[in-house]
Amino acid sequence: MNNSILPIVAISTFIVLIWYSFSIVLNSSWALDKAERNDQKLSFSELVHDTWSQKKPKLPAPHQVGYEMYKTIFDKKVTSKRSLVYHGWITLSATLAGFLLGTLLGILLALAIVHDRATDLSVMPWIITSQTIPILALAPMIIVVLSSIGFTGLMPKAVISMYLSFFPIVVGMVKGLRSPDLLEIDQMKTWSASKFQILIKLRLPKSIPFLFTSLKLGMAASLVGAIVGELPSGAIAGLGARMLSGSYYGQTIQIWSALFAAAILAASLVGVISIIQAYVFKRMMIVQ
Amino acid sequence: MNSFFLFSIIFWISAWIINIFIGQSNLTKTKMVLPPILFGVSLILIWEASISAFDVSPVILPAPSLVFIKLISSVPILWVDFVQTFVKGALSGYIFGCLAAFGVALLADRFKFLERGLLPIGNFMAALPIIGTAPILVRWFGFDWESKSAVVTVMVFFPMLINTIQGLQMSDKIHRDLMQTYNATSFQTLIKLRLAAAMPFIFNGLKICSTLALIGAIVAEFFGSPIKGIGFRISTEVGRFALDMVWAEITIAAITGSLFYGGIVLLEKVVTFWHPSQRGRLE
Repeated sequence: MNNSILPIVAISTFIVLIWYSFSIVLNSSWALDKAERNDQKLSFSELVHDTWSQKKPKLPAPHQVGYEMYKTIFDKKVTSKRSLVYHGWITLSATLAGFLLGTLLGILLALAIVHDRATDLSVMPWIITSQTIPILALAPMIIVVLSSIGFTGLMPKAVISMYLSFFPIVVGMVKGLRSPDLLEIDQMKTWSASKFQILIKLRLPKSIPFLFTSLKLGMAASLVGAIVGELPSGAIAGLGARMLSGSYYGQTIQIWSALFAAAILAASLVGVISIIQAYVFKRMMIVQ
Repeated sequence: MNSFFLFSIIFWISAWIINIFIGQSNLTKTKMVLPPILFGVSLILIWEASISAFDVSPVILPAPSLVFIKLISSVPILWVDFVQTFVKGALSGYIFGCLAAFGVALLADRFKFLERGLLPIGNFMAALPIIGTAPILVRWFGFDWESKSAVVTVMVFFPMLINTIQGLQMSDKIHRDLMQTYNATSFQTLIKLRLAAAMPFIFNGLKICSTLALIGAIVAEFFGSPIKGIGFRISTEVGRFALDMVWAEITIAAITGSLFYGGIVLLEKVVTFWHPSQRGRLE
């Protein structure tokens, strides 16, 4: 890990440099237009200065996004409609609610599939097929239908998140619960263990590594579901709504800061799972 | 409670009992196909029957028969949407993004410094909600399919990149040693050994990306689109509560997604026939 820090820093620096130069290229036409209308000649340094500080640039420079994020995270009151924390919290709560429901549903379904042959044969192929379907296309309909029968706010978004996050959990858990080999199951049987005991003492512990991998995938999917779920609700609140309203009014800096807030959220949620994973693995003495 | 509803329940129970029997018997290939079909049919029957039995408004959930009729009667619209979203948006972006990722992965393979940096960054990026770049890319490339293609390109790039890089690390040391004793150049080793060994991973990436491509193209249309496309139609018809049309579009998207995925699986079987996960199934 240590010998990859230098390459990571180098490539990240390279990306930031590219970003700055692209924001000069993409924003220059606007700057040049403005200068021409005012009968000015822009020197190169003036041009660079202008392209990095426009109000509605095509590509805002990194420091503009950083400043906007600082302003909307730390300077605004948390309850304010302009605070990124407020919008981030709305998205986060839908994500977490959907993630918990999806995990629960996924684990229950996996238990049924592993223990009941008929469920395995008839439901599992549909679960696999449904992964090839662009489920996110259902999002607007779920929102509208649920709100027309009286559910608004958090619930419809959580349903979409649940729908997206339970697939990786089912697939991972089925794999995990089946990961004990025949020898180990035979050993349990010689001890006259019941199906339930085999589940608790052998299958569940063995499925833990698979569970954490799927939890990470499920969390990422859940966040995407919450963000997309905010789009058709008319852009009221949440990171997805920030993106949509930014896109309506040409507030590019707002879109970018919402995008980065979503990225930070995703990274920290997956990070939290990784920390729990490290702790659990250590306690269970699982070596990876 | 009408008789149709009762029939659908009875059908479901008997289908389940048949599935239990199939589960206990010796499995052949034909028998494996039966349970999911029975399950699917009974699900649709119950759906259809409960709509009429409980008088569910078509504004909330249209009956499958209604969706089917809509599907048949609006083939021209669906075809235009399919071409706009899948062929122009998703497929072009998919091909471009996967090729670009493949190229960068080969570069990263050549220069280890690049690989050590790109692999963690790529893993990180693959977990981010890249779909959020859609509003930005729609602003840059306009409302038509070019912007959808760009969104798809960005979305498929990182999953494809990390899978290819990981795949290229997969060849056994003993095989590489053998190539060296044959005095193979590094280019020959790449083509004849390492790319071949990477194929299962590359196809894994291609499969993941096929789903992402359709999602990207559809969601990008929510941010602005000409008056055609699956995502556009879904978002506008939902606003008009024409849910039968929405379900028809979703059916098209589902069939397209499954065929796209299935096509890649078929290709995988042909290319990686030697891999243990494929050998059992081909006989």
